[in-house]
Amino acid sequence: MAKMTKEEVIEVAHLARLAITDEEATHFADQLEAITNAMELLSELDTENVEPTTHVLPMVNVLREDKAEAGLDRELVLKNVKEHEAGQIKVPTILD
Amino acid sequence: MGLADKTAAELQEMIHTKETTIVEMAEKAFDRIAAVDSKVDAFLALDKEGALKKAAQLDDTPMNKRGPLFGLPIGVKDNIVTEGIETTASSRILEGFNPIYNATVVEKLNAAGMVIVGKLNMDEFAMGSSNENSYYKNTKNPWNLETVPGGSSGGSAAAVAAGEVPFTLGSDTGGSIRQPAAFCGVVGMKPTYGRVSRFGLIAYASSLDQIGPLTRTVKDNALLLNAIAGHDDKDSTSANVEVPDFTAAVTGDINGLRIGVPKEYFADGVGEAAKQAVRDALKVLEEKGATWEEISLPHSKYALATYYLIASSEASSNLSRFDGIRYGYRTEKAGNLLEFYMNTRSEGFGDEVKRRIMLGTYALSSGYYDAYYKKAQKVRTLIKQDFDKAFEKYDVIIGPTTPTPAFKIGEKIDDPLTMYANDILTIPVNLAGVPAISIPCGFENGLPLGLQIIGKYFDEETVYRVADVFEQATDFHKKTPQVWEGAAQ
Repeated sequence: MAKMTKEEVIEVAHLARLAITDEEATHFADQLEAITNAMELLSELDTENVEPTTHVLPMVNVLREDKAEAGLDRELVLKNVKEHEAGQIKVPTILD
Repeated sequence: MGLADKTAAELQEMIHTKETTIVEMAEKAFDRIAAVDSKVDAFLALDKEGALKKAAQLDDTPMNKRGPLFGLPIGVKDNIVTEGIETTASSRILEGFNPIYNATVVEKLNAAGMVIVGKLNMDEFAMGSSNENSYYKNTKNPWNLETVPGGSSGGSAAAVAAGEVPFTLGSDTGGSIRQPAAFCGVVGMKPTYGRVSRFGLIAYASSLDQIGPLTRTVKDNALLLNAIAGHDDKDSTSANVEVPDFTAAVTGDINGLRIGVPKEYFADGVGEAAKQAVRDALKVLEEKGATWEEISLPHSKYALATYYLIASSEASSNLSRFDGIRYGYRTEKAGNLLEFYMNTRSEGFGDEVKRRIMLGTYALSSGYYDAYYKKAQKVRTLIKQDFDKAFEKYDVIIGPTTPTPAFKIGEKIDDPLTMYANDILTIPVNLAGVPAISIPCGFENGLPLGLQIIGKYFDEETVYRVADVFEQATDFHKKTPQVWEGAAQ
């Protein structure tokens, strides 16, 4: 396993849509290096023939009847929207 | 008329004999909160108007139509959505968020006739062990206001310990109900994964998260689990299994009970007082007819690394929904769409949340997926098998809930790995998905210690039975913390 470097922290922050300063990147890299170092412990286990667990209980797909149900009221849905107009969500201008 | 030290049954008796009313009881809860919460800081939001209005309606219900929780006050952790009451998960990114629907557990509290008084502080998005990761405030431990209440359900545990409300709901992903319950000297249950619907629980790590009750006594805890358990069409991971009456399991009889005590839970990092309190507890249970043997859960030491990889990976995916568009915090500094997302999220999330999002994104990224995420899922299988094997021979597994009692505020916040180590004894339970409770079992320097009782899948009944026998044989749960002195009871 690899440890997280500062360059990787910057790359990962971008992928996760987090803006971080150079100073923060250094700080997070120190901490995440220590954390990923501690995770190395797992590599001493031989898991070649072990099945991964995604859920602890047996899961089956649950399908409901294909029948339309009423959705949420639009007024309600817009209740937490910062800015809206004519039933639509307003966002800042994002095209250059 | 004191309410703070009363059980549900005693409170019902007071209502039925007309010694008090539901409205009076709700008013008393708000008086108590006004008296102690300036010290404890457990509540983020209060709904006094809504609660008193509801209480007045409930008072009109005929006595024969009321259940055991009817009219009793409850507080809800702030990652559980409540229609009309601000719900933030203690994050800036949800500041001012006012849900338009109720979580299934909240609907169930309403159906039971409970009165929701407010929302409880927590570590942001349930990531933390001390409540220091809340964007809004630090909750203090009622036993010593310079120490942490634990986390992430720190507000839920502190509110019960301080006598503000007799019931709260918390959530537990890696110990977030049991660890604060231990630190605050209350009873906290993490039910089997799937026992309680997660619909309306703001997701942290979906394969681990579970909602559960915090109370002063074991019987009250079982009562509250009765009210919130059960399959829900809105949560496809909720288990379609029968829900027993958990209070009926509290029989007082543990004759012939077989207890496994994992040697790994008595390792070097676990404090001597915590170990001794468990040894003393085992003696009490032996006197009541149980037997115990030392066992091994050999993969315990891998649980912490496994947990942080799986939980962070799931969190990085779950928290991608917070983008500032439809609800929540929105940046004011954005020249284009990418900057809008990045600034919104950077300004809206705290450092611990960012660390876990980055770790999870890394563990899921191409090239590292097999080495980190898939590896962790495989080790999770080994940890689950440890429990499966132990439960072939034993009815419950018992150990300490935490290595030490509550620590000082500020002591561990700058060192994530030391902070994570608080949860080494609770995390394996979430990875396996089995139920476990923490109950008070002793003190170290005036701070409570917790006894952890772990059960088989969907066997909360045995866990409650054992917990109740210990509680009835001891008086740790009757001790009250420093903030009780002089406060309105």
